[in-house]
Amino acid sequence: MPVIALDKDYAKKVEFRDNVNNFHGNQLTYVHWEEHNMFCSAIAFPLPPAMPFGALVSEVIAPHYAAHPDAAKIDWSKVEWMIDGKKVTPDFDKSLAENGMKHKSLVRFWTPGLNGYKGTYS
Amino acid sequence: MAVKKMGLKQKYAHLTRGLDWETSYQKMDDVFPYDQFEGIKITDWSKWEDPFRLTMDAYWKFQAEKERKLYAVIDAFAQNNGQLNVSDARYINVLKLFLTGVSPLEYQAHRGFAFTGRHMRGVGPRIAAQMQSLDELRHFQTQAHTISHYNKFFDGIAEFQHMHDRVWYLSVPKSFFDDARAAGPFEFMIAIGFAFEYVLTNLLFVPFMSGAAYNGDMSTVTFGFSAQSDESRHMTLGIEVIKFLLEQHPDNLPIVQKWVDKWFWRGFKVLGLVAMMMDYMLPKKVMSWKEAWEIYFTEAGGSLFTDLERYGLKVPKYADVATEMAEHISHQNWAVFYQYTHAAAFHTWTPDKEHLDWLSEKYPNTFDKYYRPRWEMWAKMDEEGKRFYNMALPQLCQTCQIPMAYTEPGDPTQIAFRCTEWNGEMYHFCSDGCKDIFDDEPEKYAQSWLPVHQIFQGNCGGPTVPDVLNWYRLNVGADNMDYVGSPDEQVWNSWKGKAPAEAAE
Ligand SMILES: [Fe+2]
Ligand SMILES: [Fe+2]
Repeated sequence: MPVIALDKDYAKKVEFRDNVNNFHGNQLTYVHWEEHNMFCSAIAFPLPPAMPFGALVSEVIAPHYAAHPDAAKIDWSKVEWMIDGKKVTPDFDKSLAENGMKHKSLVRFWTPGLNGYKGTYS
Repeated sequence: MAVKKMGLKQKYAHLTRGLDWETSYQKMDDVFPYDQFEGIKITDWSKWEDPFRLTMDAYWKFQAEKERKLYAVIDAFAQNNGQLNVSDARYINVLKLFLTGVSPLEYQAHRGFAFTGRHMRGVGPRIAAQMQSLDELRHFQTQAHTISHYNKFFDGIAEFQHMHDRVWYLSVPKSFFDDARAAGPFEFMIAIGFAFEYVLTNLLFVPFMSGAAYNGDMSTVTFGFSAQSDESRHMTLGIEVIKFLLEQHPDNLPIVQKWVDKWFWRGFKVLGLVAMMMDYMLPKKVMSWKEAWEIYFTEAGGSLFTDLERYGLKVPKYADVATEMAEHISHQNWAVFYQYTHAAAFHTWTPDKEHLDWLSEKYPNTFDKYYRPRWEMWAKMDEEGKRFYNMALPQLCQTCQIPMAYTEPGDPTQIAFRCTEWNGEMYHFCSDGCKDIFDDEPEKYAQSWLPVHQIFQGNCGGPTVPDVLNWYRLNVGADNMDYVGSPDEQVWNSWKGKAPAEAAE
């Protein structure tokens, strides 16, 4: 449905506020550790599209989830990944862009065997 | 010859006489450019009944009387150091949330109704909207005056208006009203007059005012009483709007239904702040959010929509989802503020054992299974000196702007993710309700000023958390962080002759 507006040209005058060009060469990436809802929601980062996926894991994901008691037990080789709704096996040496990630892509991951504090998904 | 005193009816007739005159130098459509583009069809404006027929002199006389009483109570409260009689200083955080999150909406409502009154060409709605516009301005003022007493003693209050325009979580109520005011006058009336004032107001006002009463805050209670007669007038206006639009033309029904669906969902998401206030922030509890939802939405709303069936209007879409969420929303919201306490302008705390037991009792199906372990885990981490702070910024919903902290309907273990691809870009949502609203008018919501994205774009004072907090005018170390160890706690304990905070252990 198009917007209902008094100005017939409304749609042409819209400022798309989160256009990738506004992020100084970065693209937005959202990350969520499934079954660990101690982290209330997915977390957001502006990252260069050329960043290797492996660096996303070691420099961004791992440190930001380190506070969780399960974090030290993660075996990154066994992690199951989903990018924008598709189950994938990312190539750690290739970049975010080469792994199919775009501006505002959502990366969800599961850690089999680890499902939160006392198995309560927290 | 003595002038005869006029009756109210006569006075009202004089007040409104000729207000709906036909313009001749300018076309009526040029004078009232806003009342047609939404697609609403009006065949006879005179069918809009103004149920109150208040005249200006009666309005001023009545309001002045009420306000004299309110200010007398506020003065007495100040002279007697009424702040000493509240249940606990934690309670003050409820007032901080109210003043930063809700009071500026009163001002927005004032402006919205002033606009609506100007731009509807019928006499009835113009007078009624004008009266409500005045009410809302008074509400904003009297709330600011009532709560200003607490500003002498407690943190997080002084910069409420500035914060409302900038702070991340306050973009939730702010964008709610911006959305309504950026719509046409009819949608505004359905959004605020009907969905908010009529369907949902009892879930906003009653909890805050009875929370104040239970927790010894007599000044806020008095404010609540003074606003009550206005609220009943606003509710009547809200129901009048619905009936008028649905009686005017059958083509109005699908438009009105769409707005009712949208604004029910928007309102429900904003009320999540009240849910959290009721279940977590009141030292003396009134009732649980779930109980309030059952009484004021499921029961009262149920009979309202049965009543409206004769116009063809249905219960809002996703009302069933909202009812299921009533089980979870307060816990999920307080968890957000707990982990982002460093960036909040009020204090947080972990519920103590008695409080946890109360929550277990009120939420027997879910609390022990999903939420109690989370609080126990955090309490344990805190004891070990590892109090949990989330140091990354959360993903926000494009529509409601709340961190995407809500779980799938029917599965409280999984966060709900919804996504739309539009105009070559992805947009993320917390729920089907929020996604539907975007999909209906993507051009509007693609403009959302999402605080997290704005920080990354460099529009919020700088790249670091202290830069952003400074830009919020948030006084770090006083306004934010846990209640235990705060200056608020210190001053409270010094009044009450209590030992210094346990946090120092
Ligand atoms: Fe109001
Ligand atoms: Fe949302």
